[in-house]
Amino acid sequence: MNPNQLLGKRGTTDSHPMEGFLRMDRMPHIWCSTCGLGTCLTAFIAAAQESAIPREDIVVVSGIGCTGRAAGYLKYDSFHTTHGRALPYATGLKVASPRLKVCVISGDGDLVSIGGNHLIHAARRNMDMTVICVNNFNYAMTGGQAAPSTPQGASATTAPYGAFERPFNFPFLVDSCGATYVARWTALHVRQLTIAIKEALLHRGFSFIEVISPCPTVYGRRNRLGSGLDLMKFYHDHSITKNFASTRECDIKFQQDIIVGKFVQRDEPTFLDAMDAQMKKTLGAKFVPYVGPMDPARDMTESSHDSDRVPKPK
Amino acid sequence: MSKPKRGPVLTGAHYLDGDHACAEGAIAAGCRFIAGYPITPSTEVAERLAERFPRIGGTFIQMEDELASIAAVLGAAWGGARAMTVTSGPGFSLMVENIGLGVMTETPCVVVNVQRGGPSTGLPTLTGQQDMMQARWGSHGDYEIIALSPSSPQECFDLTVTAFNLSEKYRVPVMFMMDECVGHMTEKVVIPEADTIEVWPRRWYRGPKDKYLPYAPEKDGVPLMIRAGDDHRVHVTGLTHDQRGYPIINADTQRVCVSRLVDKIRNNLDDLMIVKEEQVEGADVVVVAYGISARVATKAITDARKQGIRVGFLRLITVWPFPEKRIRELAGKVKSLVMPEINMGQMFREMERAANGQCKSLLVPHCGGWVHDPNDILKAILEGAR
Ligand SMILES: Cc1ncc(C[n+]2csc(CCOP(=O)(O)OP(=O)(O)O)c2C)c(N)n1
Ligand code: SF4
Repeated sequence: MNPNQLLGKRGTTDSHPMEGFLRMDRMPHIWCSTCGLGTCLTAFIAAAQESAIPREDIVVVSGIGCTGRAAGYLKYDSFHTTHGRALPYATGLKVASPRLKVCVISGDGDLVSIGGNHLIHAARRNMDMTVICVNNFNYAMTGGQAAPSTPQGASATTAPYGAFERPFNFPFLVDSCGATYVARWTALHVRQLTIAIKEALLHRGFSFIEVISPCPTVYGRRNRLGSGLDLMKFYHDHSITKNFASTRECDIKFQQDIIVGKFVQRDEPTFLDAMDAQMKKTLGAKFVPYVGPMDPARDMTESSHDSDRVPKPK
Repeated sequence: MSKPKRGPVLTGAHYLDGDHACAEGAIAAGCRFIAGYPITPSTEVAERLAERFPRIGGTFIQMEDELASIAAVLGAAWGGARAMTVTSGPGFSLMVENIGLGVMTETPCVVVNVQRGGPSTGLPTLTGQQDMMQARWGSHGDYEIIALSPSSPQECFDLTVTAFNLSEKYRVPVMFMMDECVGHMTEKVVIPEADTIEVWPRRWYRGPKDKYLPYAPEKDGVPLMIRAGDDHRVHVTGLTHDQRGYPIINADTQRVCVSRLVDKIRNNLDDLMIVKEEQVEGADVVVVAYGISARVATKAITDARKQGIRVGFLRLITVWPFPEKRIRELAGKVKSLVMPEINMGQMFREMERAANGQCKSLLVPHCGGWVHDPNDILKAILEGAR
């Protein structure tokens, strides 16, 4: 389905066509107007619908930050965790309940700085999950500090004379660690982004999508880049689509061209596939695969408690 | 003749060390997910489960660090698994932020800390009881926690089951505070038949999906839980939240949210308090101890009794919440309370506070690395009897 179709014609309905997928009782959200995060959410919902994955199978995990709030607005089972730990939290969810399609939506500071170690390991394990990393080139929620994505020369509250550290090239980072699906789009590329998220959801393995997103309120204003619209105009004029470009070339320099596209898509055994294969190989018939989560319906009868008190040891 | 069918529980008498007994206790309690990162002296728990789990339908995952391990455990618990992580001092320090998330989101799980001497990297292979306060107050913010302390491999088995039961009943991460000596001590451990081991179910919500309120308390203050993926559309956040689980950042919501987290433990003290008493009635001195120090104190107590001193023994199994009420009662009746611990006075401060000046409180400190000389405890008992 085309996302425009899903959104409906402006003014033709009283309710927002995505209402069913949002926690409307939490609106208005805390995001600034013209922030790119709304677009990311829209793309996610559209992609999730188009993927035809049963709604209850999708769970969303976020860390902390403006982007981290995404989990709280989406009407899925959603987890708003601690700063940097969305990926290991998601790993526990996935391993404990392999049926779930686990999606992480979080900021670049969250995923690549404080959570950087988890990112490289989740990619190395080819943990079957979808990661949407919203890159707004700064730590927005805490007021515009430098991030591992801040381009050299850009200004941030903790880099008042201009950032001079080399920023990470996210696609190259996760590609080199073993991610099996890697793409980058901007918040302007709604259609491509939606398609990428859908592909990632249907991909078996670690999928990573970087979304370049305008933060007019802190990054934009501090660097005199104009309004949210100006930032979108910049993406329009300076994005170069290059599918399957070498991720090595995907560095982002301050206010220069941004290479976007789908860079990596390959098939590799996931963490759970590899574990199963190895256990079967070594243990043969003795291997008892993980039985899955406890079942509320059976848990009561299988357990043996009969009093109201937790039994104390003799 | 076919072999008898063996379940996952290792029923029978076994010669096990505390770490392995803890692993077997976890299996008996229904734990089927463990995430961990190696650290002495706790690693044997993880190693044993890494070996046992693939044969009984469980998953072990060695995470990249302790921050990841505890995060994975919380995720797994919401994914519907009974989950545990294992560590020692430095790793415990790394876990505390997410222990707070576990408290705030009321996530049942067990955190095993086989203590070694600190601070910092301290004594990697030698014993200590120096994380006792951290177990209580390690995470930021105001909360109540449950912590148990075993004194023998048998208790490592039995109490690991209890730790899981309490974590499910009160929906709180339970700290399992072992020490290196108990972890590495090998003794006979008797594991009962699986069907005689009481395992508490998760407090599942079974009502209509759209009526579910993830943080609406039951009578005892504890809300019911669901699994991710069961179509309840639940939101779980570490932010201050209302009964729907929605973040609401104001003082009123904070009051309701935090009071309940604290009250669900404080209002159920009798249920979760486990202590063992021996000859405390009519005693002049009562020795209060936990973990390996309780084993060492036994020798001092026997020696003191031989000298005609009336010594009672109060062994703490539930260390948090602290058995304040019982200590206060005893303090009103005895000349002194004596506490040996392998730290410079952590639980001692709690004991002294609970005694409230009614009797003398004597600390027998030890910096770690080894257990007390029983004579030092004896000396304190003699002094206390004067
Ligand atoms: C352990 C910890 N350190 C620091 C913070 C403060 N903090 C909150 S949000 C944030 C930055 C988030 O930046 P990013 O992930 O890029 O998300 P954005 O707000 O830009 O969307 C920080 C440092 C925290 N919550 N926890
Ligand atoms: S501060 Fe920036 S990233 Fe955060 S909501 Fe506002 S525009 Fe978006």
